[in-house]
Amino acid sequence: MLSILLNSNTGWVLLSTMTLGIAAGTIGCMAYWKRQNLMSDALSHAALPGVVIAFLLIGEKNLLILIIGAAISALIGAFLIQWITTASRISEDSAMGMVLAIFYGFGIMLLTIANRSAGGNQSGLDGFIYGQAAAMVRTDVITMLVLALIVVFIVFIGFKEWKLYLFDGQFAKGIGLSLKGMNTLYTAVLVTTIVIGIQAVGVILMAAMLIIPAVSARYWTQSFKVMILLSAIFGGLAGATGTLISALGSGLPTGPFIVVVGAGFFVISLVLGKEKGILINYLQFKLHQKAQQSNAQTLKQEG
Amino acid sequence: MATPILQVENLSASYRKNTVLHDINFEVNAGSLTGIVGPNGAGKSTLLKTILNLHPSLTGSVKFFGLPFIKAKKRIGYVPQRGSVDWDFPTDALDVVTMGLYGQIGWLRRPSRLHKERAYEALDKMGMADYANRQISQLSGGQQQRVFLARALVQDADFYFMDEPLAGVDAATERAIMTILKELKAIGKTVMVVHHDLQTVEDYFDHVLLLNRTVIKHGRTEQIFTRENIANTYGGNMRWMGEEKRHAVHSIE
Repeated sequence: MLSILLNSNTGWVLLSTMTLGIAAGTIGCMAYWKRQNLMSDALSHAALPGVVIAFLLIGEKNLLILIIGAAISALIGAFLIQWITTASRISEDSAMGMVLAIFYGFGIMLLTIANRSAGGNQSGLDGFIYGQAAAMVRTDVITMLVLALIVVFIVFIGFKEWKLYLFDGQFAKGIGLSLKGMNTLYTAVLVTTIVIGIQAVGVILMAAMLIIPAVSARYWTQSFKVMILLSAIFGGLAGATGTLISALGSGLPTGPFIVVVGAGFFVISLVLGKEKGILINYLQFKLHQKAQQSNAQTLKQEG
Repeated sequence: MATPILQVENLSASYRKNTVLHDINFEVNAGSLTGIVGPNGAGKSTLLKTILNLHPSLTGSVKFFGLPFIKAKKRIGYVPQRGSVDWDFPTDALDVVTMGLYGQIGWLRRPSRLHKERAYEALDKMGMADYANRQISQLSGGQQQRVFLARALVQDADFYFMDEPLAGVDAATERAIMTILKELKAIGKTVMVVHHDLQTVEDYFDHVLLLNRTVIKHGRTEQIFTRENIANTYGGNMRWMGEEKRHAVHSIE
Protein backbone atom coordinates (compact mmCIF):
# COMPACT_ATOMS: atom_id res chain seq x y z
CA MET A 1 0.00 0.00 0.00
CA LEU A 2 2.64 2.43 1.09
CA SER A 3 4.97 1.57 -1.75
CA ILE A 4 2.25 2.19 -4.33
CA LEU A 5 1.54 5.56 -2.78
CA LEU A 6 5.23 6.29 -2.85
CA ASN A 7 5.69 5.31 -6.44
CA SER A 8 2.87 7.38 -7.81
CA ASN A 9 3.83 10.24 -5.62
CA THR A 10 7.58 10.18 -5.42
CA GLY A 11 8.12 12.09 -8.61
CA TRP A 12 5.95 14.95 -7.42
CA VAL A 13 7.46 14.92 -3.98
CA LEU A 14 10.94 15.04 -5.45
CA LEU A 15 9.98 17.98 -7.60
CA SER A 16 8.58 19.84 -4.63
CA THR A 17 11.54 19.24 -2.32
CA MET A 18 13.85 20.28 -5.12
CA THR A 19 11.94 23.51 -5.66
CA LEU A 20 11.88 24.01 -1.92
CA GLY A 21 15.65 23.58 -1.87
CA ILE A 22 16.02 26.14 -4.65
CA ALA A 23 13.83 28.66 -2.84
CA ALA A 24 15.56 28.03 0.48
CA GLY A 25 18.99 28.35 -1.13
CA THR A 26 18.01 31.66 -2.69
CA ILE A 27 16.49 33.15 0.44
CA GLY A 28 19.28 31.66 2.54
CA CYS A 29 21.73 33.77 0.56
CA MET A 30 19.83 36.88 1.51
CA ALA A 31 19.60 35.80 5.16
CA TYR A 32 23.36 35.20 5.06
CA TRP A 33 24.12 38.77 3.97
CA LYS A 34 21.52 40.19 6.29
CA ARG A 35 23.40 38.30 9.01
CA GLN A 36 20.18 36.66 10.06
CA ASN A 37 20.95 32.97 9.93
CA LEU A 38 19.92 32.48 13.54
CA MET A 39 16.74 34.36 12.83
CA SER A 40 15.65 31.72 10.34
CA ASP A 41 16.27 29.04 12.95
CA ALA A 42 14.16 30.88 15.52
CA LEU A 43 11.36 31.49 13.03
CA SER A 44 11.15 27.88 11.88
CA HIS A 45 10.85 26.67 15.46
CA ALA A 46 8.31 29.41 16.11
CA ALA A 47 6.14 28.00 13.33
CA LEU A 48 5.28 24.80 15.21
CA PRO A 49 2.52 26.07 17.55
CA GLY A 50 0.78 27.65 14.56
CA VAL A 51 0.70 24.32 12.73
CA VAL A 52 -0.84 22.50 15.69
CA ILE A 53 -3.34 25.23 16.50
CA ALA A 54 -4.48 25.33 12.87
CA PHE A 55 -4.90 21.56 12.98
CA LEU A 56 -6.87 21.68 16.22
CA LEU A 57 -9.15 24.36 14.79
CA ILE A 58 -10.04 22.70 11.50
CA GLY A 59 -9.62 19.10 12.67
CA GLU A 60 -7.98 17.81 9.51
CA LYS A 61 -4.62 18.03 7.80
CA ASN A 62 -4.91 20.55 5.01
CA LEU A 63 -1.41 21.76 4.18
CA LEU A 64 -2.43 25.22 3.03
CA ILE A 65 -4.31 25.95 6.26
CA LEU A 66 -1.49 24.53 8.35
CA ILE A 67 0.99 26.66 6.40
CA ILE A 68 -1.06 29.76 7.12
CA GLY A 69 -1.12 28.85 10.80
CA ALA A 70 2.62 28.31 10.72
CA ALA A 71 3.19 31.63 9.00
CA ILE A 72 1.10 33.52 11.56
CA SER A 73 2.92 31.96 14.46
CA ALA A 74 6.34 32.53 12.85
CA LEU A 75 5.45 36.17 12.20
CA ILE A 76 4.38 36.57 15.83
CA GLY A 77 7.76 35.12 16.75
CA ALA A 78 9.53 37.59 14.44
CA PHE A 79 7.54 40.47 15.88
CA LEU A 80 8.31 39.39 19.45
CA ILE A 81 12.03 39.17 18.70
CA GLN A 82 12.01 42.66 17.26
CA TRP A 83 9.87 44.05 20.05
CA ILE A 84 11.98 42.51 22.81
CA THR A 85 15.14 43.83 21.17
CA THR A 86 13.92 47.40 20.82
CA ALA A 87 11.77 47.73 23.93
CA SER A 88 13.99 46.05 26.50
CA ARG A 89 17.65 45.75 27.30
CA ILE A 90 17.67 42.15 26.10
CA SER A 91 19.93 41.70 23.08
CA GLU A 92 18.77 40.23 19.80
CA ASP A 93 20.47 36.85 20.18
CA SER A 94 18.96 36.33 23.62
CA ALA A 95 15.55 37.33 22.30
CA MET A 96 15.92 34.84 19.44
CA GLY A 97 16.99 32.10 21.82
CA MET A 98 14.01 32.76 24.05
CA VAL A 99 11.47 32.87 21.24
CA LEU A 100 12.91 29.72 19.67
CA ALA A 101 12.74 27.68 22.86
CA ILE A 102 9.44 28.99 24.16
CA PHE A 103 7.55 28.66 20.88
CA TYR A 104 8.98 25.23 20.24
CA GLY A 105 8.16 24.03 23.75
CA PHE A 106 4.66 25.41 23.43
CA GLY A 107 4.30 23.69 20.05
CA ILE A 108 5.40 20.32 21.43
CA MET A 109 2.97 20.72 24.32
CA LEU A 110 0.10 21.41 21.90
CA LEU A 111 1.24 18.53 19.73
CA THR A 112 0.96 16.12 22.64
CA ILE A 113 -2.57 17.36 23.26
CA ALA A 114 -3.47 17.05 19.57
CA ASN A 115 -2.07 13.54 19.39
CA ARG A 116 -4.32 12.47 22.28
CA SER A 117 -7.40 13.87 20.59
CA ALA A 118 -9.47 11.75 18.25
CA GLY A 119 -7.82 11.34 14.89
CA GLY A 120 -4.82 13.32 15.97
CA ASN A 121 -2.71 10.23 16.31
CA GLN A 122 -3.06 9.30 12.69
CA SER A 123 -2.73 12.85 11.44
CA GLY A 124 0.98 12.66 10.84
CA LEU A 125 1.52 15.91 12.67
CA ASP A 126 4.65 14.40 14.14
CA GLY A 127 6.04 14.63 10.63
CA PHE A 128 6.28 18.38 11.05
CA ILE A 129 9.10 17.96 13.54
CA TYR A 130 11.57 16.06 11.36
CA GLY A 131 9.75 16.36 8.04
CA GLN A 132 7.89 13.65 6.15
CA ALA A 133 7.91 14.47 2.49
CA ALA A 134 6.40 11.12 1.54
CA ALA A 135 3.27 12.00 3.51
CA MET A 136 2.46 14.80 1.10
CA VAL A 137 -0.41 14.38 -1.31
CA ARG A 138 -0.77 15.98 -4.74
CA THR A 139 -2.48 19.15 -3.50
CA ASP A 140 0.21 19.65 -0.85
CA VAL A 141 2.86 19.36 -3.49
CA ILE A 142 1.15 21.91 -5.72
CA THR A 143 0.72 24.34 -2.81
CA MET A 144 4.40 24.06 -2.04
CA LEU A 145 5.48 24.38 -5.64
CA VAL A 146 3.45 27.49 -6.28
CA LEU A 147 4.61 29.25 -3.12
CA ALA A 148 8.25 28.33 -3.71
CA LEU A 149 8.10 29.61 -7.28
CA ILE A 150 6.56 32.89 -6.11
CA VAL A 151 9.41 33.33 -3.63
CA VAL A 152 12.06 32.67 -6.27
CA PHE A 153 10.29 35.00 -8.68
CA ILE A 154 10.20 37.84 -6.16
CA VAL A 155 13.95 37.54 -5.65
CA PHE A 156 14.58 37.26 -9.38
CA ILE A 157 12.69 40.33 -10.56
CA GLY A 158 14.04 42.57 -7.81
CA PHE A 159 17.57 41.19 -7.92
CA LYS A 160 19.24 44.58 -8.28
CA GLU A 161 17.18 46.04 -5.46
CA TRP A 162 17.85 43.10 -3.15
CA LYS A 163 21.56 43.44 -3.75
CA LEU A 164 21.56 47.11 -2.91
CA TYR A 165 19.34 46.55 0.12
CA LEU A 166 21.65 43.86 1.48
CA PHE A 167 24.92 45.65 0.71
CA ASP A 168 24.07 49.18 1.78
CA GLY A 169 20.57 49.73 3.14
CA GLN A 170 21.13 53.37 4.03
CA PHE A 171 22.26 54.21 0.54
CA ALA A 172 19.28 52.33 -0.86
CA LYS A 173 17.05 54.49 1.27
CA GLY A 174 18.88 57.58 0.13
CA ILE A 175 18.08 56.90 -3.52
CA GLY A 176 14.46 56.19 -2.87
CA LEU A 177 14.10 52.53 -1.97
CA SER A 178 11.72 52.02 0.93
CA LEU A 179 13.63 50.17 3.65
CA LYS A 180 10.45 49.44 5.53
CA GLY A 181 8.91 47.95 2.41
CA MET A 182 12.01 45.86 1.69
CA ASN A 183 12.18 44.65 5.29
CA THR A 184 8.54 43.61 5.17
CA LEU A 185 8.98 41.85 1.85
CA TYR A 186 12.13 40.16 3.11
CA THR A 187 10.39 38.87 6.24
CA ALA A 188 7.45 37.73 4.12
CA VAL A 189 9.57 35.68 1.71
CA LEU A 190 11.68 34.31 4.56
CA VAL A 191 8.64 33.18 6.52
CA THR A 192 6.99 31.76 3.38
CA THR A 193 10.08 29.73 2.58
CA ILE A 194 10.27 28.44 6.14
CA VAL A 195 6.63 27.41 6.39
CA ILE A 196 6.47 25.65 3.04
CA GLY A 197 9.51 23.67 4.12
CA ILE A 198 8.25 22.44 7.45
CA GLN A 199 6.19 19.60 5.93
CA ALA A 200 9.11 18.26 3.96
CA VAL A 201 12.04 19.09 6.22
CA GLY A 202 10.49 19.76 9.62
CA VAL A 203 10.69 22.76 11.93
CA ILE A 204 13.93 21.69 13.60
CA LEU A 205 16.06 21.34 10.49
CA MET A 206 14.43 23.91 8.20
CA ALA A 207 17.01 26.52 9.18
CA ALA A 208 19.74 24.24 7.82
CA MET A 209 18.08 24.39 4.40
CA LEU A 210 18.53 28.14 4.48
CA ILE A 211 22.00 28.31 5.98
CA ILE A 212 24.00 25.42 4.51
CA PRO A 213 23.58 26.10 0.75
CA ALA A 214 24.48 29.77 1.23
CA VAL A 215 27.65 29.14 3.22
CA SER A 216 28.67 26.42 0.75
CA ALA A 217 28.18 28.76 -2.20
CA ARG A 218 30.33 31.39 -0.48
CA TYR A 219 33.35 29.18 -1.09
CA TRP A 220 33.01 29.20 -4.85
CA THR A 221 32.44 32.74 -6.04
CA GLN A 222 33.01 36.43 -5.58
CA SER A 223 29.86 37.49 -7.37
CA PHE A 224 26.54 37.90 -5.62
CA LYS A 225 24.63 36.66 -8.65
CA VAL A 226 26.67 33.48 -8.94
CA MET A 227 26.46 32.96 -5.20
CA ILE A 228 22.66 33.01 -5.27
CA LEU A 229 22.59 30.68 -8.29
CA LEU A 230 25.02 28.23 -6.72
CA SER A 231 23.19 28.36 -3.42
CA ALA A 232 19.93 27.57 -5.22
CA ILE A 233 21.58 24.67 -7.04
CA PHE A 234 23.09 23.25 -3.84
CA GLY A 235 19.72 23.59 -2.11
CA GLY A 236 17.83 21.95 -4.98
CA LEU A 237 20.28 19.06 -5.23
CA ALA A 238 20.26 18.48 -1.49
CA GLY A 239 16.46 18.56 -1.43
CA ALA A 240 16.08 16.08 -4.26
CA THR A 241 18.87 13.71 -3.20
CA GLY A 242 17.82 13.70 0.44
CA THR A 243 14.22 12.95 -0.47
CA LEU A 244 15.29 10.18 -2.80
CA ILE A 245 17.36 8.48 -0.12
CA SER A 246 14.63 8.77 2.47
CA ALA A 247 12.08 7.40 -0.01
CA LEU A 248 14.13 4.20 -0.33
CA GLY A 249 13.15 3.09 3.14
CA SER A 250 9.62 3.34 4.44
CA GLY A 251 8.71 5.93 7.04
CA LEU A 252 12.13 7.57 7.10
CA PRO A 253 12.07 11.28 7.96
CA THR A 254 13.14 13.49 5.06
CA GLY A 255 14.66 16.44 6.93
CA PRO A 256 17.74 14.71 8.34
CA PHE A 257 18.63 13.17 4.98
CA ILE A 258 18.33 16.46 3.14
CA VAL A 259 20.46 18.16 5.75
CA VAL A 260 23.13 15.47 5.67
CA VAL A 261 23.37 15.70 1.88
CA GLY A 262 23.58 19.50 2.19
CA ALA A 263 26.31 19.11 4.80
CA GLY A 264 28.20 16.92 2.32
CA PHE A 265 28.15 19.77 -0.19
CA PHE A 266 29.39 22.08 2.51
CA VAL A 267 32.35 19.87 3.45
CA ILE A 268 33.33 19.57 -0.20
CA SER A 269 33.09 23.35 -0.59
CA LEU A 270 35.00 23.98 2.62
CA VAL A 271 37.93 21.84 1.48
CA LEU A 272 37.97 22.31 -2.27
CA GLY A 273 36.27 25.69 -2.61
CA LYS A 274 37.89 28.06 -5.09
CA GLU A 275 37.59 31.04 -2.80
CA LYS A 276 39.56 30.37 0.37
CA GLY A 277 38.79 26.68 0.53
CA ILE A 278 41.15 24.98 2.97
CA LEU A 279 43.01 22.92 0.38
CA ILE A 280 43.29 25.73 -2.17
CA ASN A 281 44.49 28.13 0.50
CA TYR A 282 47.13 25.66 1.61
CA LEU A 283 48.33 24.90 -1.92
CA GLN A 284 48.53 28.56 -2.85
CA PHE A 285 50.51 29.31 0.28
CA LYS A 286 52.91 26.43 -0.32
CA LEU A 287 53.43 27.36 -3.97
CA HIS A 288 54.09 30.96 -3.04
CA GLN A 289 56.45 29.91 -0.28
CA LYS A 290 58.39 27.70 -2.66
CA ALA A 291 58.66 30.46 -5.24
CA GLN A 292 59.92 32.88 -2.63
CA GLN A 293 62.43 30.42 -1.25
CA SER A 294 63.87 29.59 -4.65
CA ASN A 295 63.98 33.30 -5.38
CA ALA A 296 65.95 33.92 -2.23
CA GLN A 297 68.26 31.09 -3.09
CA THR A 298 69.07 32.36 -6.57
CA LEU A 299 69.71 35.78 -5.10
CA LYS A 300 72.09 34.22 -2.61
CA GLN A 301 73.93 32.32 -5.29
CA GLU A 302 74.24 35.36 -7.44
CA GLY A 303 75.28 37.43 -4.46
CA MET B 1 22.25 87.29 -1.54
CA ALA B 2 21.62 83.81 -2.89
CA THR B 3 18.64 81.92 -1.60
CA PRO B 4 19.66 79.09 0.70
CA ILE B 5 19.25 75.58 -0.70
CA LEU B 6 19.29 73.94 2.71
CA GLN B 7 17.28 75.34 5.59
CA VAL B 8 17.44 73.59 8.94
CA GLU B 9 15.18 74.93 11.64
CA ASN B 10 15.06 73.97 15.28
CA LEU B 11 16.22 70.44 14.56
CA SER B 12 16.84 68.01 17.41
CA ALA B 13 17.59 64.30 17.56
CA SER B 14 18.28 61.67 20.16
CA TYR B 15 19.42 58.12 20.70
CA ARG B 16 16.83 56.66 23.04
CA LYS B 17 16.79 59.07 25.96
CA ASN B 18 19.98 60.94 25.18
CA THR B 19 19.45 64.10 23.22
CA VAL B 20 22.41 64.31 20.89
CA LEU B 21 21.39 67.38 18.91
CA HIS B 22 19.28 70.32 19.97
CA ASP B 23 18.32 73.71 18.59
CA ILE B 24 20.03 73.19 15.26
CA ASN B 25 19.44 76.16 12.98
CA PHE B 26 21.45 76.94 9.89
CA GLU B 27 21.21 77.64 6.20
CA VAL B 28 23.53 76.63 3.39
CA ASN B 29 23.91 78.48 0.12
CA ALA B 30 24.38 76.87 -3.25
CA GLY B 31 27.95 76.36 -4.39
CA SER B 32 29.51 76.26 -0.95
CA LEU B 33 31.91 73.69 0.43
CA THR B 34 31.26 73.33 4.12
CA GLY B 35 33.24 71.42 6.70
CA ILE B 36 31.34 70.16 9.74
CA VAL B 37 33.81 70.19 12.59
CA GLY B 38 33.48 69.21 16.22
CA PRO B 39 34.78 66.83 18.88
CA ASN B 40 33.95 63.13 19.08
CA GLY B 41 30.36 62.59 20.13
CA ALA B 42 29.35 66.08 19.03
CA GLY B 43 26.72 64.57 16.75
CA LYS B 44 28.34 65.27 13.39
CA SER B 45 27.29 62.01 11.76
CA THR B 46 23.94 62.15 13.49
CA LEU B 47 23.40 65.63 12.07
CA LEU B 48 23.94 64.34 8.54
CA LYS B 49 21.74 61.33 9.10
CA THR B 50 18.97 63.39 10.67
CA ILE B 51 19.04 65.91 7.84
CA LEU B 52 18.85 63.03 5.35
CA ASN B 53 16.00 61.26 7.12
CA LEU B 54 18.19 58.29 7.98
CA HIS B 55 17.76 59.02 11.67
CA PRO B 56 14.45 60.21 13.14
CA SER B 57 14.28 63.84 14.23
CA LEU B 58 12.57 64.84 17.46
CA THR B 59 11.59 68.32 16.37
CA GLY B 60 12.23 70.78 13.62
CA SER B 61 12.14 70.91 9.88
CA VAL B 62 14.63 70.47 7.06
CA LYS B 63 14.07 71.91 3.60
CA PHE B 64 16.14 71.24 0.49
CA PHE B 65 15.67 73.68 -2.36
CA GLY B 66 12.59 74.82 -0.45
CA LEU B 67 11.17 71.29 -0.56
CA PRO B 68 10.91 68.51 2.00
CA PHE B 69 13.52 65.75 1.72
CA ILE B 70 11.21 63.24 0.05
CA LYS B 71 10.67 65.51 -2.94
CA ALA B 72 14.29 66.55 -3.24
CA LYS B 73 16.08 63.28 -2.65
CA LYS B 74 16.89 62.69 -6.32
CA ARG B 75 19.10 65.77 -6.16
CA ILE B 76 20.94 64.67 -3.05
CA GLY B 77 23.97 62.39 -2.82
CA TYR B 78 25.20 60.81 0.40
CA VAL B 79 28.57 59.20 1.03
CA PRO B 80 28.31 57.20 4.26
CA GLN B 81 31.23 56.29 6.48
CA ARG B 82 33.32 53.57 4.97
CA GLY B 83 32.69 51.25 7.90
CA SER B 84 28.94 51.34 7.43
CA VAL B 85 28.89 48.45 4.95
CA ASP B 86 30.26 44.92 4.86
CA TRP B 87 33.17 45.03 2.41
CA ASP B 88 33.23 41.25 2.30
CA PHE B 89 30.07 41.38 0.17
CA PRO B 90 30.73 39.52 -3.08
CA THR B 91 30.86 42.24 -5.70
CA ASP B 92 33.39 44.37 -7.57
CA ALA B 93 34.17 48.06 -7.58
CA LEU B 94 32.38 48.79 -10.84
CA ASP B 95 29.22 47.15 -9.54
CA VAL B 96 29.24 49.26 -6.38
CA VAL B 97 29.58 52.43 -8.44
CA THR B 98 26.75 51.28 -10.72
CA MET B 99 24.55 51.16 -7.62
CA GLY B 100 24.66 54.95 -7.65
CA LEU B 101 22.68 54.82 -10.90
CA TYR B 102 19.94 52.50 -9.66
CA GLY B 103 17.64 55.42 -8.94
CA GLN B 104 17.95 56.60 -12.55
CA ILE B 105 17.82 53.14 -14.08
CA GLY B 106 14.49 52.63 -12.40
CA TRP B 107 13.33 49.84 -10.17
CA LEU B 108 13.15 46.30 -11.47
CA ARG B 109 15.19 47.13 -14.57
CA ARG B 110 18.69 46.04 -15.42
CA PRO B 111 21.60 48.43 -15.85
CA SER B 112 22.57 48.82 -19.51
CA ARG B 113 26.03 49.02 -20.99
CA LEU B 114 25.72 52.78 -21.07
CA HIS B 115 25.20 52.80 -17.32
CA LYS B 116 28.25 50.60 -16.86
CA GLU B 117 30.27 53.02 -18.98
CA ARG B 118 29.19 55.96 -16.89
CA ALA B 119 30.13 54.06 -13.75
CA TYR B 120 33.51 53.29 -15.28
CA GLU B 121 34.07 56.95 -16.10
CA ALA B 122 33.36 57.91 -12.50
CA LEU B 123 35.86 55.30 -11.29
CA ASP B 124 38.37 56.64 -13.76
CA LYS B 125 37.85 60.14 -12.42
CA MET B 126 38.74 58.87 -8.97
CA GLY B 127 41.86 57.22 -10.39
CA MET B 128 40.37 53.78 -9.84
CA ALA B 129 39.88 52.59 -13.43
CA ASP B 130 42.43 49.82 -12.97
CA TYR B 131 40.46 48.44 -10.08
CA ALA B 132 37.06 48.31 -11.78
CA ASN B 133 36.86 44.53 -11.66
CA ARG B 134 38.63 44.14 -8.36
CA GLN B 135 36.77 42.52 -5.49
CA ILE B 136 35.77 45.19 -3.01
CA SER B 137 37.17 43.10 -0.16
CA GLN B 138 40.59 43.39 -1.77
CA LEU B 139 40.59 47.18 -1.92
CA SER B 140 42.52 49.23 0.61
CA GLY B 141 40.68 51.67 2.85
CA GLY B 142 41.52 54.62 0.65
CA GLN B 143 40.42 52.78 -2.47
CA GLN B 144 37.14 51.84 -0.83
CA GLN B 145 36.57 55.48 -0.02
CA ARG B 146 37.22 56.42 -3.65
CA VAL B 147 34.74 53.81 -4.80
CA PHE B 148 32.14 55.31 -2.49
CA LEU B 149 32.88 58.76 -3.83
CA ALA B 150 32.65 57.52 -7.43
CA ARG B 151 29.26 56.05 -6.59
CA ALA B 152 28.15 59.45 -5.36
CA LEU B 153 29.54 61.14 -8.48
CA VAL B 154 27.50 59.03 -10.91
CA GLN B 155 24.37 60.06 -9.06
CA ASP B 156 24.96 63.49 -10.51
CA ALA B 157 23.32 65.13 -7.52
CA ASP B 158 23.28 68.86 -6.81
CA PHE B 159 23.95 68.56 -3.12
CA TYR B 160 26.42 66.13 -1.57
CA PHE B 161 26.78 65.01 2.02
CA MET B 162 29.89 63.11 3.02
CA ASP B 163 30.61 61.47 6.34
CA GLU B 164 34.33 61.64 7.05
CA PRO B 165 35.58 60.82 3.57
CA LEU B 166 39.12 61.69 4.65
CA ALA B 167 39.24 59.50 7.75
CA GLY B 168 42.05 56.97 7.63
CA VAL B 169 43.03 57.48 4.00
CA ASP B 170 46.54 58.10 2.70
CA ALA B 171 47.78 61.40 1.33
CA ALA B 172 47.24 60.46 -2.33
CA THR B 173 43.61 59.55 -1.72
CA GLU B 174 43.07 62.68 0.36
CA ARG B 175 44.39 64.76 -2.49
CA ALA B 176 42.26 62.92 -5.07
CA ILE B 177 39.15 63.40 -2.96
CA MET B 178 39.81 67.07 -2.31
CA THR B 179 40.42 67.68 -6.02
CA ILE B 180 37.03 66.18 -6.77
CA LEU B 181 35.32 68.18 -4.04
CA LYS B 182 36.77 71.40 -5.39
CA GLU B 183 35.73 70.41 -8.89
CA LEU B 184 32.21 69.79 -7.69
CA LYS B 185 32.17 73.21 -6.10
CA ALA B 186 33.53 74.77 -9.25
CA ILE B 187 30.63 73.46 -11.32
CA GLY B 188 28.13 74.85 -8.83
CA LYS B 189 27.43 71.82 -6.65
CA THR B 190 27.08 72.15 -2.92
CA VAL B 191 29.00 69.89 -0.56
CA MET B 192 28.89 69.33 3.20
CA VAL B 193 31.64 67.22 4.68
CA VAL B 194 32.12 65.88 8.19
CA HIS B 195 35.76 66.59 8.86
CA HIS B 196 38.14 65.66 11.63
CA ASP B 197 41.43 67.31 10.94
CA LEU B 198 41.49 70.88 12.27
CA GLN B 199 44.79 71.60 10.56
CA THR B 200 43.39 71.36 7.07
CA VAL B 201 40.03 73.06 7.57
CA GLU B 202 41.22 76.42 6.32
CA ASP B 203 42.73 74.96 3.17
CA TYR B 204 39.82 72.76 2.26
CA PHE B 205 36.58 74.51 3.10
CA ASP B 206 35.16 77.92 2.37
CA HIS B 207 32.50 77.50 5.03
CA VAL B 208 32.70 75.89 8.41
CA LEU B 209 30.04 74.62 10.79
CA LEU B 210 31.32 74.21 14.33
CA LEU B 211 29.19 71.63 16.06
CA ASN B 212 28.97 70.35 19.59
CA ARG B 213 25.47 69.04 20.18
CA THR B 214 24.26 72.30 18.72
CA VAL B 215 25.63 74.74 16.19
CA ILE B 216 28.35 76.76 17.91
CA LYS B 217 29.14 78.88 14.87
CA HIS B 218 28.49 78.67 11.19
CA GLY B 219 29.76 80.85 8.38
CA ARG B 220 32.69 81.65 6.16
CA THR B 221 35.84 79.90 7.28
CA GLU B 222 37.99 83.01 7.58
CA GLN B 223 35.47 84.68 9.89
CA ILE B 224 34.35 81.68 11.92
CA PHE B 225 37.35 79.44 12.23
CA THR B 226 39.01 81.38 15.00
CA ARG B 227 40.86 80.17 18.03
CA GLU B 228 38.14 81.36 20.33
CA ASN B 229 35.31 79.62 18.46
CA ILE B 230 37.26 76.41 18.21
CA ALA B 231 38.00 76.51 21.91
CA ASN B 232 34.30 77.02 22.58
CA THR B 233 33.46 74.05 20.42
CA TYR B 234 35.97 71.70 21.93
CA GLY B 235 35.23 72.62 25.52
CA GLY B 236 37.68 75.41 26.09
CA ASN B 237 40.62 73.56 27.53
CA MET B 238 42.03 72.33 24.28
CA ARG B 239 45.63 73.21 23.75
CA TRP B 240 46.07 75.08 20.53
CA MET B 241 48.66 73.15 18.67
CA GLY B 242 50.20 73.92 15.38
CA GLU B 243 50.09 77.68 15.71
CA GLU B 244 53.83 77.96 15.47
CA LYS B 245 54.20 75.00 13.22
CA ARG B 246 51.62 76.04 10.72
CA HIS B 247 54.08 77.44 8.26
CA ALA B 248 56.58 74.68 8.70
CA VAL B 249 54.34 71.64 8.46
CA HIS B 250 51.65 71.23 5.91
CA SER B 251 49.75 67.98 5.97
CA ILE B 252 49.70 67.63 2.23
CA GLU B 253 51.25 69.67 -0.46
